[in-house]
Amino acid sequence: MANLITIKKGLDIPLQGMPTSETTEDISTDVFAINPDDFPGYTWKAAVKAGEDVKSGSPLLYAKECEEIKLTSPVSGKVVEIHRGERRKIEYVSVHREGEQNTSGLEKSDSLLINLFRSGLYAMMRQRPYDIVPDYNAKPRDIFVTAFDTAPLAPELLDSPNSKYLETGLKALASLTSGKVFLSLPEGSGVTSGIAEVYELKGPHPAGNVGTQIANIKPVNKGETVWTLDVTTACKIGKFVETGELDYSALVALTGPCMKTPHMVSTIIGASLRTLLKNEIKCENGEVRVISGNVLTGWRVNKEDGFLRYPYRQITAIEEGDQADEFMGWASLSPKKYSVSRTFPAFLRGLSKPFSFDARIKGGHRAMIMSGEYDKVFPFDIYPEYLIKAILAKNIEKMEERGIYEVAPEDFALPEFVDTSKLELQKIVREGLDYIRKETM
Amino acid sequence: MKGLKQRIDRIKPQFEKGGRFEKLHSVFDGFYTFLFTPNETSASGVHIHDSNDSKRTMITVVIALLPCCLFGMWNIGFEHYRAIGELDRSFIEMFIYGLFAVLPQILTAYIVGLGIEFIVAQMRGHEIQEGFLVSGILIPMICPIDTPWWMLAIAVAFAVIFAKEVFGGTGYNFLNVALVTRAFLFFSYPSKMSGDHVFVSLGGSPAVDSYTGATPLGQLASSEPGAIITNVLGDPLSFSDIFFGFYPGSWGETSTFCILIGAAILLFTGIASWRIMGSALVGGLLMSVIANHFASDLYPVTFISPLEQICLGGFMFAIVFMATDPVTACRTNTGKYIYGFLIGAVAIVIRCYNTGYPEGAMLAVLLMNCFAPLIDYCVVNANVRRRLRRSEIKNS
Repeated sequence: MANLITIKKGLDIPLQGMPTSETTEDISTDVFAINPDDFPGYTWKAAVKAGEDVKSGSPLLYAKECEEIKLTSPVSGKVVEIHRGERRKIEYVSVHREGEQNTSGLEKSDSLLINLFRSGLYAMMRQRPYDIVPDYNAKPRDIFVTAFDTAPLAPELLDSPNSKYLETGLKALASLTSGKVFLSLPEGSGVTSGIAEVYELKGPHPAGNVGTQIANIKPVNKGETVWTLDVTTACKIGKFVETGELDYSALVALTGPCMKTPHMVSTIIGASLRTLLKNEIKCENGEVRVISGNVLTGWRVNKEDGFLRYPYRQITAIEEGDQADEFMGWASLSPKKYSVSRTFPAFLRGLSKPFSFDARIKGGHRAMIMSGEYDKVFPFDIYPEYLIKAILAKNIEKMEERGIYEVAPEDFALPEFVDTSKLELQKIVREGLDYIRKETM
Repeated sequence: MKGLKQRIDRIKPQFEKGGRFEKLHSVFDGFYTFLFTPNETSASGVHIHDSNDSKRTMITVVIALLPCCLFGMWNIGFEHYRAIGELDRSFIEMFIYGLFAVLPQILTAYIVGLGIEFIVAQMRGHEIQEGFLVSGILIPMICPIDTPWWMLAIAVAFAVIFAKEVFGGTGYNFLNVALVTRAFLFFSYPSKMSGDHVFVSLGGSPAVDSYTGATPLGQLASSEPGAIITNVLGDPLSFSDIFFGFYPGSWGETSTFCILIGAAILLFTGIASWRIMGSALVGGLLMSVIANHFASDLYPVTFISPLEQICLGGFMFAIVFMATDPVTACRTNTGKYIYGFLIGAVAIVIRCYNTGYPEGAMLAVLLMNCFAPLIDYCVVNANVRRRLRRSEIKNS
């Protein structure tokens, strides 16, 4: 019997465009890209040149700090482009799929950790503190695996064909830590494990965020490091250990109010959106914003030349809304405007029915005025307003005291959504984490 | 609305940097965002936002104040005609009299306060902030009806500049702006702010013989123990008169009934903290019970019942609209209980045991405004210590 944890604080945002379980096969996409910005914590250098032939599993990028840690090609083919942005920073490396796909370019070693480094699976994990790809020097106190995603319209993570490799994956992870492996599941999923300590969580988003799970199971203290990953990656590690195969498949949910028929699509990580989203987007009034990920933490991408980005499981399309020109919106009595506070009459039609959101911030940026707003959606033993203030003041001692080592930007996504002062909380937390990491190294 | 928007967009460049009216940029921007919700879309972090913003929040507070405000206007007329012996006037006449009596005060508060806000916003290159929308209506409501407009103007200017703008504007002040205005008036012009002649607008007409202009708490403070509180004609006040507010006082504060409507709006919309309101009510009731139990001839106010203590004077208004100002109150949930409770208790202590001040609710809120950061500091520190202890256990 799993331990049950009930999360009371939080919010399930009722966004329109829930995907059906119907799954289509994406066969038309032939360009795939890896985006080094998805893997913070290391400086990534190109390991290939444009035009070079690569195999699936051979390195596209390596970390400057530890050259064994690599990001690998999801397909065999030819490198199309090493796309650079400002100051020659690599934005993505794209590969065109060509020829035989069955050979692997991975150089195997006897050590599991080195194999994870080289295969790119290591980079799919994160560590707390700092929410970065794990530091190769730090030993993890524990490893936390989350088996569900509670973000708006997020897909199920457990029903993939790889689930049978989960136990092997957990066993492999257990060999990498002197502590425990924790597996967090949605309530009533009934999954058991002989290796991991299993917890079931009940409650609204962010119950599925690994940060929430750590905070309620065994919080991170100063000087400790824990690794976190999702169950999809754990299964891929299991498959790799058991069969020696690297799995780059991705089951992606196409979601949101601007998706013609929200459904699941089976593709490969880093898929080009031009082909993946062909004839999927509906455009009624004005521009559509395509997000790789969910509406809370995803990346804004271009539907023509963008790619599916980490964690490779969801694409959301919403209206941009920048042409709305709403007259005296602050006085609106429209029942279509969602608000957790009952200042808008939307509560009359029920706040759990689906709403269509656009990307407007719907107000002006202000200083922090209202109190207690963040607390209602922030299930940590932390005072979020005070942590944010410490970060804004760049006071390292206060940041440590108030719990910065326990949080990641994604934990502040719901506070950012409900904030009447429209502060960019995730950005503030990201900058705070980067600052404290730089200053205390 | 498209036409209006296009027309405004056409003149917009003149208010931008380098334009002819560059110096009016903040004012223009303020009106522009008032008319049209900004189309700015999210650039980082979450892609969707809750519809609530600070404009909506402030407007909701103003709506919650409306019952008190409208009743107050009528009550000014009612008390006026009662004092001059013309009770046969109609409801509308009474309301119109009150409306014209308070209009100069409201206009003064808004013009002076918003004027300063506009200038400061322009100097700092900020957007105009909405905080004063609420303060501007609150200030006249907690002042005697006969406050001269120039006193009000000076007090508002002082409060907005020295209680708010010097600290950085809305969101950074540690004292409630409306209360600083009231305190400034109270300590600078005591003769105009208390006593028997300021709470009823006689408008130059002679009063009837039995007239007394003192507020109930004013009467109690200067009377013998056991005295009966009366209305302006010297007739005893019933509890329903007290509850519905048919007595003279700072004109927005008298009706507990209307304040409760406002409280219901604030609590239902989730804008004000029920923790503060609730604990302040408990604190006030508890202190009233104690004071009443140990009632002494030295302190005549201690003789009234706890329920009357709560309904009289500015107590309810202070705990519903002043104590719950999120910027100057405690920000932690635990802190809110302590903060509210102390406001309630201190208000009754001042009222009962300081015979110099017939009313203490506003001063209690100001006092607790000063202590709110300390309370929060202690609450946050308890969390910090918990975290430290956790890591010490691990490392030992």
